[in-house]
Amino acid sequence: MPDRLRAALLIAPALAVFLAFFLVPLGQLAVAGGAGGYTTILTEPRYWRSLASTLLVAAGTTAITLAIATAVGLFLARTRFPGRGTLLALLTLPLAFPGVVVGYLVIMLAGRQGLVANISLALGGDRIVFAYSLSGLLLGYVYFSIPRTLLTVMAAAEKLDPRLEEAARSLGASSFGVLRDVLLPGLAPALTAAGAICFATATGAFGTAFALASRIDVLPMVIYTEFTLQANLAVAAALSFLLGLATWAVLALARGASGGAAA
Amino acid sequence: MSVAIRLAGCGRTWPGGSIALHPLDLDIAAGETLVLLGPSGCGKTTLLRLIAGLEAPDAGGRVFFDGEDVTRLPIERRHVGMVFQSYALFPNMDVAGNIGYGLRVRGVARAAARRRVDEMLAMMRLDGLGGRRIEALSGGQRQRVALARAIAPRPRVLLLDEPLSALDARLREQLRQEIDALLRSLGITAVYVTHDQAEAMALGDRIAAMEKGRIAQIGTGRDLYHRPANDFVAGFVGDTNRLATPEGERLVRPEHLALRRSATGGFTVVQATFLGPVVRVLLRDAAGRELRADVPDEDVPAPGERVAVLFQGRSLETEAAASPA
Ligand SMILES: Nc1ncnc2c1ncn2[C@@H]1O[C@H](COP(=O)(O)OP(=O)(O)OP(=O)(O)O)[C@@H](O)[C@H]1O
Ligand SMILES: [Mg+2]
Repeated sequence: MPDRLRAALLIAPALAVFLAFFLVPLGQLAVAGGAGGYTTILTEPRYWRSLASTLLVAAGTTAITLAIATAVGLFLARTRFPGRGTLLALLTLPLAFPGVVVGYLVIMLAGRQGLVANISLALGGDRIVFAYSLSGLLLGYVYFSIPRTLLTVMAAAEKLDPRLEEAARSLGASSFGVLRDVLLPGLAPALTAAGAICFATATGAFGTAFALASRIDVLPMVIYTEFTLQANLAVAAALSFLLGLATWAVLALARGASGGAAA
Repeated sequence: MSVAIRLAGCGRTWPGGSIALHPLDLDIAAGETLVLLGPSGCGKTTLLRLIAGLEAPDAGGRVFFDGEDVTRLPIERRHVGMVFQSYALFPNMDVAGNIGYGLRVRGVARAAARRRVDEMLAMMRLDGLGGRRIEALSGGQRQRVALARAIAPRPRVLLLDEPLSALDARLREQLRQEIDALLRSLGITAVYVTHDQAEAMALGDRIAAMEKGRIAQIGTGRDLYHRPANDFVAGFVGDTNRLATPEGERLVRPEHLALRRSATGGFTVVQATFLGPVVRVLLRDAAGRELRADVPDEDVPAPGERVAVLFQGRSLETEAAASPA
């Protein structure tokens, strides 16, 4: 009994914080939507479209980020060369940037006066601008997500037993075979965890979307518009709840698929 | 299918400039088991990895398999089997998946691969464990799976790096006998790394005793034990005493000394330890020099008694011992 009492005492603070800052507001949010809010978002195709594009951008961001971070992370974790530290520092620099700054970086690159536009113009082609579209947002999110994912992959790659790879090679495995049978399975838990964070961040990141604004219709932007510009509190709350629910469902699916490996 | 291995001028210097292996020549006959024996850090693993193709020798070194120059051939094309101390089994595959891996990546037909895996499971006494996960195996079972995995694709050479050192003594002894029988029945060329001299004696056709990046001596266990090339080999392969004789200093094995009680004897018994087959007696003379003698457990002099030491048997003819110390 004292044991159970002590356990209860130990868990009490965490439980209190969880209740005060998570469950209660979440419950309020769920209720704030009201019957009206939920009816509106369920019947209005515009909201469904924006949910779909939000999840699509998040999925794309996750896939591209994981691919790049895995390749770069594996390389950096196993190769020592002069300038490696500097390169790593540069690659992880965006870790310190707010989303809005990342948005402006994308505009500098692919906006109307951006680098890509000027080069394509100088080459005699059309002015190529994609900063203000979903591709621009995707670029920003990828840029934003790579540092954290890269660090996670590198930490995991350094912990892989190099003997496993040597064993596979001694048995005749090609580089691709080693990647498929040893490296990726070994990195799977880290990749799932990093991918989950990447996905969750991309569904909710507001700053980048806000900076690129105009033609983008992702849910965080819609919620912002409904809430501040139209003072449509019920719809904003219902949408928030829906976004949270959808993200949670995707993460739960990913966790289930990886056998509970993700954190 | 076994091949002869030849190393010519193979050395290995690390990027920092430290030398793991001085350039050496080594011939291993087809079907022979060569044991690399030596203390930690003497370069055994480095030499093994040179043969495997996991390390490249310094410029000028060449590795031949049956006369074919394989120096530039990466490990995946050398067709060698490797067994690591840490087992290095693939945790994401079951036992059968591990054993069949080399067959799968080499494109062996599924049915043939399955037959070979079953054959290996039976040979290594792992029947019924094909579907087990690796975490659910004991240390001895894991080592058997690692062996089976290395042997399944019928490699040209089998390379084992301290395969038994993670196991307890009894299991080590048992697996050592199994490996010995296995290597003989397969007739495969094998290189076996160990720092345990008993293991080396029991397994190898020949033993290469290594010291600080060089092969100090290569020969049968008997050669190394009775005719060590230098003090290092004499000391590493078995115990030795330094005995001052009229002809100079001699190295003598403890079992070649006999004791006789004598009030005028030159030595006093310091300690007598019962070891089972023999009693190890520690002796000291007036000048404080110590000797160790292994004697049968019959009427052993007790600590404090004075004894004369009789030298029965041969002294070790090392070059170092022949010159005055
Ligand atoms: N990658 C490396 N870079 C630099 N030095 C190394 C490297 N690998 C090994 N060494 C050094 O080379 C020497 C020989 O190492 P090696 O692993 O061959 O020894 P070993 O005889 O197998 O020892 P042990 O019995 O401890 O396994 C050691 O001094 C070791 O510190
Ligand atoms: Mg070693």
